[in-house]
Amino acid sequence: MMRFELQIALRFLREGRAQSALIVGGVMVGVAVVVFISALVAGLQSNTIRRTLGAQAHIVAKPIEPMARVQIDAGDAGIARVQTAPRKVRSIDNWQQVMAAFEAVPGVVAASPMASGPAIALRGEGRNAVTLFGVDLARYDRIVDLRDKLTSGTLRLEPGDVLVGAELARDLGADVGERITLTDGTANSTGERFQIVGMIDPGNRDLSRRSVYLPLHVAQNFLGVPGGVTSIDLRVRDVFAADAVAARVARVAPLTVESWMLTNNQLLSALNAQSMATGMIRVFVSIVVMLGIASVLVVAVVQKTREIGILRAMGASRGQMLRVFLLQGGLVGLLGSVLGALLSAVLIFGFSHFVHGADGNPLFPITLTLPLLGYACITATLCGMLAAIAPARRAARLDPARAMRA
Amino acid sequence: MNASADVLRLSGIRKSYNVGTPVEAEILHGIDLRITRGEFTALIGPSGSGKSTLLNIIGLLEAPTSGEVDIAGHRVSHHDDDTLTRLRSQTLGFVFQFHHLLPAFSALENVLMPQIIAGHRVTAALQREALALLDAVGLGGAEHKKPAELSGGMQQRVAIARALSIRPALVLADEPTGNLDTKTAADIFTLLRAFNRDFGTSFLIVTHDPRLAATCDRRVTLADGQIVSDERTAPM
Ligand SMILES: Nc1ncnc2c1ncn2[C@@H]1O[C@H](COP(=O)(O)OP(=O)(O)O)[C@@H](O)[C@H]1O
Ligand SMILES: [Mg+2]
Repeated sequence: MMRFELQIALRFLREGRAQSALIVGGVMVGVAVVVFISALVAGLQSNTIRRTLGAQAHIVAKPIEPMARVQIDAGDAGIARVQTAPRKVRSIDNWQQVMAAFEAVPGVVAASPMASGPAIALRGEGRNAVTLFGVDLARYDRIVDLRDKLTSGTLRLEPGDVLVGAELARDLGADVGERITLTDGTANSTGERFQIVGMIDPGNRDLSRRSVYLPLHVAQNFLGVPGGVTSIDLRVRDVFAADAVAARVARVAPLTVESWMLTNNQLLSALNAQSMATGMIRVFVSIVVMLGIASVLVVAVVQKTREIGILRAMGASRGQMLRVFLLQGGLVGLLGSVLGALLSAVLIFGFSHFVHGADGNPLFPITLTLPLLGYACITATLCGMLAAIAPARRAARLDPARAMRA
Repeated sequence: MNASADVLRLSGIRKSYNVGTPVEAEILHGIDLRITRGEFTALIGPSGSGKSTLLNIIGLLEAPTSGEVDIAGHRVSHHDDDTLTRLRSQTLGFVFQFHHLLPAFSALENVLMPQIIAGHRVTAALQREALALLDAVGLGGAEHKKPAELSGGMQQRVAIARALSIRPALVLADEPTGNLDTKTAADIFTLLRAFNRDFGTSFLIVTHDPRLAATCDRRVTLADGQIVSDERTAPM
């Protein structure tokens, strides 16, 4: 039923070949830039989040720091405990019940106990300050995907086994199957010997240099908190809802509950700023493209004044003339965006294959998603029609008798 | 006389330009005119007398400042633009001095354009009809040529075929032979006459050529926005 409008719109576009090509090219470049930058930023952000979250729990619940305790309710048993237990390692009361309660909180998908504290790792001349992570491997693996981060050896934690950060192993000159000694650093400690069964790359150099994973009960004894845990790690369904879930978790038990969003506050604001910049690029590119389409169509209406008059004399209505020009805007947007999508695919292919990091690997994976392409094409088409409104109204309002005299 | 026998009735048509400004000027000063079915009428008069303005008003391309226009029994005042457009596309055909073909479309497409505008699917039957019209105006075989590839006389023939494609009750022709040589002009008139005879279509033709005007059934003369004479050739 729009056959006439479509036919005329296409013919008008074909007639003004150079102008049409120019503006389609403009839309193409605009769409390609927006799609490429959007995909790039999405890839960068998901990569950053994956790396950041890969090594840490979404939410960590810990005993409240003694300082806070002193200020809130001085004279409480907490202070007595601080005074009677001078060790820095503090454990969570009734952690089994607390953990079960956490698991019932909506949004939480996994919980894992952790006994962690400082130690010194020794091997030959090597001597490194490390952090012990005493974990229940089956549970911990659901919080942080260790299997994915194992660079060599096997993922297992029997008594006497340790998994160590790859950088730490290098510093100590130790390999899988070799032994290291862990001590609490005090003069009278002789330390215990452990066998390295695997190496972990947590994706973060600092963590890799100081991480030692060992069975939960071994760590508990080593750190002097038999049966106790120093924190409970949680995994949530939606990483960006971690804040909200953390607030719900905090109401379950009197613990300090921190989400990754709190501890990575700066990262999050950087990501937000990035998203905002991308949004602004989208808006400005859209405006520029729309101005381009509008100006070309304004010229086209002037150039086609006579034809518009002829068409009107032959029975074309104002509405039909309006749609002829709206369609031209939409067609330019659609064609330009389809070509732009193809161009962005080429750009992304080039980026993934020819741009490498210092290590020779691609920087991070970028994928062109169908929703992004659909969004770009629909937006460009709508923008084209929007830009065409003013010129199309001019065409529709033309007085046919006067138009034919032009 | 039966009202439906009139394809056109004008009463008291006045037209002013630039109304309400210091340069306001009345171009037509009260025109009364009736054209009956099948009449072949010449509209003559000096340049600037208002012939084109009158034709545009009859063609519903311009509204009169006052007065009434009846086309094929429809009183057109107070109609909205869409209704006028529909009436125009169903009852009126136009032929202008400067052909006014669509340059991007072939001769055949130009002839089919009124049908396409009306939303009709271009069927084989419609296409055959358009080709027959092109044949009748002597353009058989040139249907795929663009206007720029045709001579002035040929372009005017395409415009005539286009005007007739909707089988209009009245064809309005504004100096259709104005920029054609004498021989071609006479041929075009013969062609219009043939359609008038074969289909009973009424014609109102603006011309400056007295000899061509003399071949018409009726000559209406306009001077300074008024009809100063209206003579009919006595039937033989
Ligand atoms: N749109 C317009 N605005 C103002 N004056 C006009 C307009 N169109 C025509 N005229 C004037 O109306 C008069 C009649 O013009 P026109 O109908 O074209 O005469 P003709 O076709 O008989 O030569 C002329 O003086 C012309 O200048
Ligand atoms: Mg004139």
